[in-house]
Amino acid sequence: MPNALVPHRSRVLAAVALGGALGSSLRYGVSLALPHADGGAVWPTLTVNVLGCLVIGVFTVFLEAAEPHHLLRPFFGVGVLGGFTTFSSYLADAGGLLATGQPFYAALYLLLTVLLALPAVICGAMLARMVVARSRRSGPGASPDNAHDTAPETTPGTES
Amino acid sequence: MTLLLVALGGAAGAVLRYGIDRGVRRGHGSAFPWGTFTVNVVGSFLIALLAGGAALFDGFGSSGLRTLLVVGLCGALTTFSTFGQDAVRLYASGARSHAVRYVSGTVLGGVAAAGLGLGTVALFAQL
Repeated sequence: MPNALVPHRSRVLAAVALGGALGSSLRYGVSLALPHADGGAVWPTLTVNVLGCLVIGVFTVFLEAAEPHHLLRPFFGVGVLGGFTTFSSYLADAGGLLATGQPFYAALYLLLTVLLALPAVICGAMLARMVVARSRRSGPGASPDNAHDTAPETTPGTES
Repeated sequence: MTLLLVALGGAAGAVLRYGIDRGVRRGHGSAFPWGTFTVNVVGSFLIALLAGGAALFDGFGSSGLRTLLVVGLCGALTTFSTFGQDAVRLYASGARSHAVRYVSGTVLGGVAAAGLGLGTVALFAQL
């Protein structure tokens, strides 16, 4: 078996490294794509952090619902999403606003990111739970027991 | 070339974050996410140190080394997604005061660490 040649820990570290490289590159791409005015380049970081939080909300629900490959969480959760989002640039952006004499905007930015990112985790999780519940009702594995729980509009036969 | 430096720093930062998180977890074993707290505070100190260094040394601000260390390493060493996920998990599990303390503690801890980083640079600049 080829898997036995590479120790488990090395494979996990490789997955984290690969994901981190990919997530960081994506973050860099967003920073190039979004317009950022001098001194107030907060939009790219705000965007990646809120977007990354939305996606981790979705991802966590799918990890619980499915039985994914054991390297998916290290690769995507720890690597890609961890590398895509950033806490250091969040504070550096606030420091930049402070240094250019905008302490109000610095504080607002710190607060706004948290107030957008944390609800984004919840939104992502809620969306994913809706999709998981729907796929369980209409999926091939739907058991007769599930039919009792389905809402009227998704009762078998009414959809098609 | 720049993208390669970002990717390289990002890979190193993510592996460091994973290692530190594992190490701190082993030492603590509590539900409180001390590992993520640690990487975010350390990363905030580091980025302030590098930003202060950029102000001192001409050319560092536009160098490949800055891209490697600031955008790549610090960017991936710290995380907002796991921070947000842990905060929401704590809040949803009923440990609401823990969640509030975790969020405010990480932000204030990061600000303090960044201030310490800038202070360190200022101290060295005077020597």
